[in-house]
Amino acid sequence: MIPTLPSLGGWNLPELLQLALRDLHLALGARMVPFAGYDMPLHYPAGVLKEHLRVRQAAGLFDVSHMGQVILRPRVTYADTARAFETLMPVDVLGLAVGRQRYGMFTNATGGILDDLMFANRGDHILVVVNAACKAADLAHMTAGLSDTCDVVPVTDRGLLALQGPLAGAALGRLVPAVAAMRFMDAAILDWGGVALWVSRSGYSGEDGFEISVPQTALRDFAEALLHQPEVMPAGLGARDSLRLEAGLCLYGHDIDTTTSPVEAGLTWAISKPRRAGGDRAGGFLGAARILHELATGPARLRVGLRPEGRAPMRDGTRLYANEAEVGLITSGGYGPSVAAPIAMGYVTAAHATLGTVLMADLRGKMQPVTVVAMPFHPTTYKR
Amino acid sequence: MKYTEDHEWLRVEGDHVVVGITEHAATQLGDVVFVELPEVETLVTEGDEVVVIESVKAASDIAAPVTGEIVAVNESLVDNPGLVNEDPMGAAWFFKIKVDDLKVMDAFMDEDEYNDLIA
Repeated sequence: MIPTLPSLGGWNLPELLQLALRDLHLALGARMVPFAGYDMPLHYPAGVLKEHLRVRQAAGLFDVSHMGQVILRPRVTYADTARAFETLMPVDVLGLAVGRQRYGMFTNATGGILDDLMFANRGDHILVVVNAACKAADLAHMTAGLSDTCDVVPVTDRGLLALQGPLAGAALGRLVPAVAAMRFMDAAILDWGGVALWVSRSGYSGEDGFEISVPQTALRDFAEALLHQPEVMPAGLGARDSLRLEAGLCLYGHDIDTTTSPVEAGLTWAISKPRRAGGDRAGGFLGAARILHELATGPARLRVGLRPEGRAPMRDGTRLYANEAEVGLITSGGYGPSVAAPIAMGYVTAAHATLGTVLMADLRGKMQPVTVVAMPFHPTTYKR
Repeated sequence: MKYTEDHEWLRVEGDHVVVGITEHAATQLGDVVFVELPEVETLVTEGDEVVVIESVKAASDIAAPVTGEIVAVNESLVDNPGLVNEDPMGAAWFFKIKVDDLKVMDAFMDEDEYNDLIA
């Protein structure tokens, strides 16, 4: 009965890559597990529950250096590069102001999702942050699609930290006072004692917070400086997963993949007006036929929030039924520490996606009721 | 106290065997958030999965270490699953099995053997 660890959406490469901060994680007592090809901290001695709650109440520091950072450096003009980037995503790149960041997703020719990502307008170039498990494929995809207009340059000399929680601004503000002026999805280059930090006010926990790209040479010092702040506790992948689930955010490889469209996934808010039917730059991205069709007529299935009745968590892979017919599948599920109950998300046919619909879930052979509910499960605290 | 390779501890109480999970197993599981217990009076065979235990990290099972009848379950774990992390070797016992012959206990590891297993 040694527990099997849940798959968190990654896959193991033949050789496990090591984080630059590995020694720090070990010194902090981390339990390390393979994730997306990296040996990653799952949790520290406090445990997933306490780390999760600390992020909701104060601040937690995550090492997300496994993620891919890529610069798109225009050969001629920024606008050319932005327009080319729009052929890969149903998102408004051209209209993103300098110093702002936006959520997007690479689509494929059939309207599925290759990866979801963040990109920032940094004046003369674009900074893209992609998922670890997809980064090699994303790099090839961007190189193939964008090389006529820009150089696609992976950033290999920087780590990435996420400081998340309502007191993240107070903690980071002591080291870098300029963050006080940032609002949700701002992106800036800020100085920390001569070190150039690439800071965005964003994250994946549902809380206010920051993602900070730090040169490898200063990464350990900066991480330790943050950990010295009284608000901050180190937090691992376990808490990252339960936090994003409570926030209703998708985990690539589970809740979205090459078969799910952004419309089915409920990511229509990210499909900018100019790229929709009737917009200035409507269509012109991979998979536009399916995505625009689904926007017009509604998708056949939808990602929804689910609240299991009782206390038993329902995990990824649990099948959902209505009147004994299979109508859906849970793609992420577990215990929500801040909700203090089991929560899940998954796909159900459109006819069963209405809030309040009660479905039956096959939990180890026993049928258990589960209700379709709105997400997020826990209110977000973004600093808009 | 005896131990199984599945990280259960077994304690004899009259003709009953009390079953729990070891400190090591509780630590590996992490924060336990859900426990599903068998019905009292269920007849179980060695190896039957009789308890579902979920932590924030994963779902696991506890198998019946011996064949017999479930004569008691620890209902307090249903309302307070965290007890498994607080006191795995004591208050957080899971169930008691009535066995025909306590000789079956001889097959299990003693504390030293178990400590060697997890070392």
